[in-house]
Amino acid sequence: MRRIGDAPAVKRLLIGAALVLSALFLLLPLVAIFAQAFSQGVAVFWANVSNYFTLHAIGLTLGVALLTIPICLVFGVALAWLVTRFSFPGRRILQTLIDIPFAVSPVVAGLIYLLLYGRNGWIGSWLDGHDIQLMFAWPGILMVTVFVTCPFVARELIPLMQAQGSREEEAAATLGARGWTTFWRITLPNIRWALLYGVILTNARAVGEFGAVSVVSGAIRGQTNTLPLHLEQLYQDYNAVGAFACAALLALIALLTLAAKASLEWRASRREALL
Amino acid sequence: MNQRALRLTGSTRVLPGFGLSMGISVLFISLVLLLPITGLFGQLADLSLAQYWAIITEGRVVASYMVTIGAAAVAALINAVFGLLLAWVLVRYEFPGKRLLDALMDLPFALPTAVAGITLATLYAGNGWMGKLLEPLGFQVAYTWVGIALAMAFTSIPFVVRTVQPVLEDLPAEVDEAAMSLGATDAVAFRRVIMPHLWPALVTGTGLAFVRSLGEFGAIIFIAGNMPYETEITALMIFVKLQEYDYAGASAIASVVLFVSLALLLAINIWQGRFVRRLHGGKG
Repeated sequence: MRRIGDAPAVKRLLIGAALVLSALFLLLPLVAIFAQAFSQGVAVFWANVSNYFTLHAIGLTLGVALLTIPICLVFGVALAWLVTRFSFPGRRILQTLIDIPFAVSPVVAGLIYLLLYGRNGWIGSWLDGHDIQLMFAWPGILMVTVFVTCPFVARELIPLMQAQGSREEEAAATLGARGWTTFWRITLPNIRWALLYGVILTNARAVGEFGAVSVVSGAIRGQTNTLPLHLEQLYQDYNAVGAFACAALLALIALLTLAAKASLEWRASRREALL
Repeated sequence: MNQRALRLTGSTRVLPGFGLSMGISVLFISLVLLLPITGLFGQLADLSLAQYWAIITEGRVVASYMVTIGAAAVAALINAVFGLLLAWVLVRYEFPGKRLLDALMDLPFALPTAVAGITLATLYAGNGWMGKLLEPLGFQVAYTWVGIALAMAFTSIPFVVRTVQPVLEDLPAEVDEAAMSLGATDAVAFRRVIMPHLWPALVTGTGLAFVRSLGEFGAIIFIAGNMPYETEITALMIFVKLQEYDYAGASAIASVVLFVSLALLLAINIWQGRFVRRLHGGKG
């Protein structure tokens, strides 16, 4: 039986339009990043990447991402366990609250942290008296990165854990398994791929965050400059090749993220086909 | 007691970890999400109502609202059409490169916004690959309002595709087979039979894209040109005030942005909840 839009002419037109528009709109920018980064040869690209300030920015960016991931992981698993395994008043409010970072502009996110923990803020002034500086230093960068990335793990886990239900865990509990045994032996194996994808998304966003970090970092070269901020400075200094060399590194992480997603989805669809 | 209530009370009793997971979640949400927002109100308390009003209605700031809302609306409309086309093609047709195209849809979420920003600015500048083609024809994209809309559309396209795609996938084949066997043309059948199923998801996706565009910063500032009154977005206004150490001004404008985006988020959640309930209600 013929379905809507199955006529060969319509089909060809729509596929053609989708491909041309996607190539122009999405693929061309991706190609341009690498073309610009290597426009003066591999040697110039490498000189830009291995520059001290770039290496420092890479180190800071990766360090912040490495600290962000476990924090978001613990929170994401706890929240997903709470809202999918128990019923209590306020459950829906909690689920709406974790969407706040998606709706809040990154600049506003940076600003609210700066107001609270900056030297004039009510926590910041107290910390300042004790010689603790969070803003314009790496802890501030970590704090806003956690704010921006905290929904990802929970958002990946909640629909999956809701669909799986709690029957297996209840069976384990009635057979006398302790709480953590149930979690490690039953829950974790069931959710590991969604968990992994949540971590990958968290990492991608943590590494690339710009707006919130630029408000709280101070962007001091060799000290509080993350890779996206370093890229901005190089671009403003008319060092386009240097900026795009950093951009290419970040784009590579983005491509690995997309590849990981595609392979996890392929895995899930194959398992569904087997069942 | 019905079965659902039995299962829920059962699980409350049997499964451990309620206290621990509740403790972690509430502590985290309070410290990370809610406490910092109080800092904003603390700052605003120093302003009188008249001062607050003067800041948020200043000419340059109002111009930035107009630029941001206008460009975000155009970007959302472009994405509604383009996203619907992509979702349709990805669900309904088989063609070489389909899996790659599907993976490419997530690029704007995975790519750091600053990277998107400098890349789009370079592509559409007068000497860029796209700028070289467009500027002789009289289309200037970089450093204009059009560039802002373009950057917004780029960063928010996945919202529409990924919201519409699953709904389209779940639509049974019989729906359009019935319409076609009764002799409807493609266009009529699409409008009368497919769209009524799709439009709640399309509105949700477009709404999310719009909210995202209102707050976007990194992707836009490089291509915007940032001319006061002309191509300045509201997020940049906050940033400019901060660089002038005008914390009160920055907070006042930020409170407007925060209020609008939270209100829109809430509206989208309620809207989504309503149509999900209606779909499930239909099944009984």
